[in-house]
Amino acid sequence: MNIIKFIESFTDDTTYTQGASRRQSLNQIGNLGKKSIFAALPTGLLTLLLVPEKSQGAPALTTADTNSPTEALRLALLLEYLDSEFYQTGLDTNGLIPAGRDRDSFTKIVNNEYGHINTLVQALGGTNNSNYFERPEFDYTAGGLFDPFNNYDQFLALSQSFEDTGVRAYKGQSPNLLSQPDLLQAALQIHAAESRQAAEVRRLRGAKGWIQGNNRDGLPAQAQPVYNGEDAGTQAGVNLGQVTNAGGPAIRAGAGTEAFDEPLTRQQVLSIAGMFIPNNPLG
Amino acid sequence: MKKTLKVQEAFTGTTNRRSFLKISGLAMAGTGLLLAGCNDDDNDSQIDNNNQMPGIRNGVFDFGGGDIGILTYAYALEQLGANFYTRVVNGNTFGSMFNDDEQGILADLYNHEVMHREVLKQTINTAVNNNQQQLLPNLDFEYSGLNFNDRNQVLNTAKQLKDTGVAAYNGAGKYLQDAANLVLAGKIVSVEARHASVIRSLINPNDAFFSAPDVVDPATGKNDAKNPSQVLNEVNDMGFIRTDFTSNYLS
Repeated sequence: MNIIKFIESFTDDTTYTQGASRRQSLNQIGNLGKKSIFAALPTGLLTLLLVPEKSQGAPALTTADTNSPTEALRLALLLEYLDSEFYQTGLDTNGLIPAGRDRDSFTKIVNNEYGHINTLVQALGGTNNSNYFERPEFDYTAGGLFDPFNNYDQFLALSQSFEDTGVRAYKGQSPNLLSQPDLLQAALQIHAAESRQAAEVRRLRGAKGWIQGNNRDGLPAQAQPVYNGEDAGTQAGVNLGQVTNAGGPAIRAGAGTEAFDEPLTRQQVLSIAGMFIPNNPLG
Repeated sequence: MKKTLKVQEAFTGTTNRRSFLKISGLAMAGTGLLLAGCNDDDNDSQIDNNNQMPGIRNGVFDFGGGDIGILTYAYALEQLGANFYTRVVNGNTFGSMFNDDEQGILADLYNHEVMHREVLKQTINTAVNNNQQQLLPNLDFEYSGLNFNDRNQVLNTAKQLKDTGVAAYNGAGKYLQDAANLVLAGKIVSVEARHASVIRSLINPNDAFFSAPDVVDPATGKNDAKNPSQVLNEVNDMGFIRTDFTSNYLS
């Protein structure tokens, strides 16, 4: 991919000046997208998502320990909502995602995300549980900064940022599930699926499947928090720059940062995702 | 249930112990693989069930139990990965059989696996206070059935190793107690899953093969997870690890 051209696409004045009208059309696309989401869902999940409005805007638990298993699951659910609606809207936008590998991959990814939502909602005790919350409204333009459903490069870029965020978020929450072995394993299984997805999306952009240092691979500067901290040069006391391997080629400088994905804290995740969530149910 | 796994010994007559293990393995299980349930006839063993540290028991290195056992198990798998990719990038036809993109990917995997191996080794060393009796030795590997000059064989073996490794970490996490160990395993497994995805896309870039139903359940979107005993059975079937070990304290 032409990185320069891609970066220019974010600084193109028309992206900003046409923001309002595009947002209007995006809303229409979004509404269509939701109908299509329902059409594509299995009946059981459809029922889950069509629960009455009572849960809408359920406040974040003010008394709960933010490190509780429940809060970990709620954070994961928020991200899965964010990702799935993004991909579904993209798939429902005529002419956006090319047929073939790209479309096959995003179709698989959105179906995986629906499975994750189902898993998480069950883990939270179902839609009648007070810990459940409905899908909030998303603004994938981030207030007019991006135009992903009219610009496939931007769609891919945001996809990469969502997937890499998801990988780091699940990893960061995993210790909060230590007391719940079954939930921990489910979260790890989702974490691995997200990692497969992240690599595929990165490859669709022409990037490596893994994160190099804290390099955001041509994504806009707003995405830098997704990659901050990924350049850790020490793991478990090992200076990765000094690792060698007898009998093999010299170990490449910088390989160590690629070999380990770093966790994100809940607050870091909320800050990143919050760009796209005007009224964040988790605060 | 306790399980004993003895990897088939390929070399005969190297030591008396190895010969004995080979013979006993053949005699008792026919394949060299012993899967024995936990039962009362362990009374004559030297295993101290209160000591689940890694180390030699009954003449064979046991991975041990608890966090250190899981880390040692992961270390064994990463030793295999690092050794495999060392062989791949050292192959005579590596530069001609794979295009530039593929060479870059496989070289990255080589680098990453070495990193994983060394970091797990250090983590274990720290946990056992550098007691080398409790650190899994360097394992011996042999790839007698694998032609490193055959592109499809190399990529398919890489896929099998990667998918197995991801499922291994997914299934092992719940046996860890220490959050730091869980996060370390998490840092590794997501990169392993990235590897698995990319290797799969080299084999088949289409049809979302990176997340195919054999590894990610289409109904739940969850990557598979396997217990240590299941993973070690599969690794044993591959036949690449030629050093005996047991895993009496892993599920």
